[in-house]
Amino acid sequence: MNRTVALYVLMALLLVGVGFYQSWNVAFGIFNLCLISAIMALGVNMQWGYAGLFNVGIMGFTALGGLTAVLVSMPPVGAAWAAGGSDIALSALSIAGTVAAILVARRLVLPVLRLPVTLALIVIGYFVISAFFVPATERIEAVDPAQTGYLGGLGLPIVLSWPLGGLVAAGAAWFIGKVALGLRADYLAIATLGISEIIIAVIKYEEWLSRGVKNVTGLPRPVPYEVALVESEWFVGLADWLGAPDVADIASLFVKLCYAVLFLAVLAVVMWFAERALRSPWGRMMRAIRDNRDAAEAMGKDVTGRHLQVFILGCATCGIAGAMLTTLDGQLTPTSYIPLRFTFLVWVMVILGGSGNNWGAVLGGFVIWFLWVEAEPLGNWFMRTVTLPLAEDSSLAQHLVAGAAYTRYLLMGAILLLVMRFAPRGLIPER
Amino acid sequence: MDIVNALALFANFVAVPATAYGAQLALGALGVTLIFGILRFANFSHGELMSFGAMATILVTWTLQDLGIGIAPFPTALLALPVGILASIAVSLATNRMVFRFYQRRRANPIVFAIVSVGVMFVMAGLIRIIIGPDDQSFADGERFLITAFEFQKATGLKEGIAIKQTQVITVVVALVVVAALFWFLRKTRAGKAMRAFSDEEDLALLSGVNPDRVVQIAWIITATLACIAGTLYGLDKTYKPFIFLQILLPIFAATIVGGIGQPVGAILGGFVIAYSEVMVTYAFKKVITYLSPTDWAPEGLVQLLSTDYKFAVSFIILVAVLLIRPTGIIRGKVI
Repeated sequence: MNRTVALYVLMALLLVGVGFYQSWNVAFGIFNLCLISAIMALGVNMQWGYAGLFNVGIMGFTALGGLTAVLVSMPPVGAAWAAGGSDIALSALSIAGTVAAILVARRLVLPVLRLPVTLALIVIGYFVISAFFVPATERIEAVDPAQTGYLGGLGLPIVLSWPLGGLVAAGAAWFIGKVALGLRADYLAIATLGISEIIIAVIKYEEWLSRGVKNVTGLPRPVPYEVALVESEWFVGLADWLGAPDVADIASLFVKLCYAVLFLAVLAVVMWFAERALRSPWGRMMRAIRDNRDAAEAMGKDVTGRHLQVFILGCATCGIAGAMLTTLDGQLTPTSYIPLRFTFLVWVMVILGGSGNNWGAVLGGFVIWFLWVEAEPLGNWFMRTVTLPLAEDSSLAQHLVAGAAYTRYLLMGAILLLVMRFAPRGLIPER
Repeated sequence: MDIVNALALFANFVAVPATAYGAQLALGALGVTLIFGILRFANFSHGELMSFGAMATILVTWTLQDLGIGIAPFPTALLALPVGILASIAVSLATNRMVFRFYQRRRANPIVFAIVSVGVMFVMAGLIRIIIGPDDQSFADGERFLITAFEFQKATGLKEGIAIKQTQVITVVVALVVVAALFWFLRKTRAGKAMRAFSDEEDLALLSGVNPDRVVQIAWIITATLACIAGTLYGLDKTYKPFIFLQILLPIFAATIVGGIGQPVGAILGGFVIAYSEVMVTYAFKKVITYLSPTDWAPEGLVQLLSTDYKFAVSFIILVAVLLIRPTGIIRGKVI
């Protein structure tokens, strides 16, 4: 326990150090993303730490959360709904109809005919669905493409999208888990790698849904806007009372603080559930399955069922974090989702923090995000020092300095390899 | 009804590009499957190894181009390829020595191996982006086309032309040569037989005096060679861009599993299955059908099953179908 406290204090000191030496705005900016990273790390820790599942599709589930944030919070686009809403609904109905027809037909026909009948129904369903779907999307995307060109959202408060994002991610997780969890570990990894790429492709190219690469910007916020704060009397009074030289600076800090409070609350709730689950009979069963799958199965535990459960829970947690991330950014940019940042970085967090230990995963989220951000100035400094003997205008020096941002990949890889080799149990080992 | 033109159209837009792409995937999948057979893990750093090999080749190509050395009409990259292969072998042997050997000696869990390979992937991705940068690099030179569509039309008098890029021919020829050499090695040489024995039954192979370190080293040498060739050919045929190699990992893994994991023949088969399905599912068949129809009837839509944006979905769907119907792959491989 002492070790845990010491490490957390050290982490806090690092952030305070950034506050003093760089600026408090930077420190809180890092802190907020640390909180989101910690929630993602908790999600991965449930899957890897509790159950030993190797999920490399975190990016997809995070992006689903982000998409949910857009769909919940943006105002609906009336013209787009009028143009293609009913046809979209019809195509959704035909999807449901096709699935139902396949399920019924598979019960009714002889086993020999099952595959051909299923395939035939899929082909028929495909044509029925696209008959409604394709023209509808074209009409929707034609509605004021520079501004909207998509259906918009529900216009609800964006905070609602956090739990809903978790639910959406859970739904996707149920589907992929049903397919891949019966098989052994590496298949799950490759299947999740695939599903995450597909989710990103859908968000990128289904413009009627998400505006695709045109990005959705200006999501409504759960916290006040800086501009409004600077103009409000009470806030200017507060800034005066604090003796701050720059009101705008304080306003932006205040906004970050509000986010921090919200995120901290979510992290606390997720952490409470995660810890309760881990210490419950359910958590002990999960770890028993992880440590010896066959023995647990022999004891009558439903291994596949439990794996599906924990897979869904972990993915839902990542979905929540994804929705929070999009809320914080205030925009959804599908091209920003890259696996190194959204999948493998989270893995480094969990491995470094200590797989199987929630406090470790949270700490890992903090440390790795901190390093990920601070690696850039560090890399810059390093490259400048290395290239000091070279002439200022030498092309090699310029090339190396330009590549400094990528020292963060090197750093993350080195951390992962060193931890796996010398401290495989992580900073805060599992108890 | 115009079968010849329909065939020409089909060949130009489906068969030729898919064959080249299939050869590239097959070379990549062979590397993954070899490492899987010997070390028994899914190597996530394989894409970056391909990228690294291609990068080394590109750097040498640029030097040669600056010096004015070339083998026109062939691309200079072919001349640079051996150096790129040596660089990839050096890198993969170094990672084996510094990273993977430790886990191999402990007989670590395959997932531990996979996570470690993620670490290797990070390091390599960082190195590549620092050395060559994250942007597109062009390094292809030499003749661009073996036959242009126009020449083909003139020679045959058909309405549709078949364009064959020189890089596509080189890809297929090089892949054939490499695969033939690999199979000769695996079937006929002592080291190749030792590798197959090790892959089939590790303990028995060890008892028979097979040196595991040597087998693993040879596996890495072959894998690095294949990866470098695959990466360079992909870069020549399409374009070299570091982040593509993380995306190409999915079709390569899919090819490996579809073919039967740990099975070299399966990897080649899987590569072509994936490549052909990807190209065919995303190709708009409207014109082909128009040619084939007895009257002047033309289909209304594009007759394209999936838009090209979703080509990654194709390998995924095939992967899922194979996992559900025949988890061992086409040629019965190991079930991980």
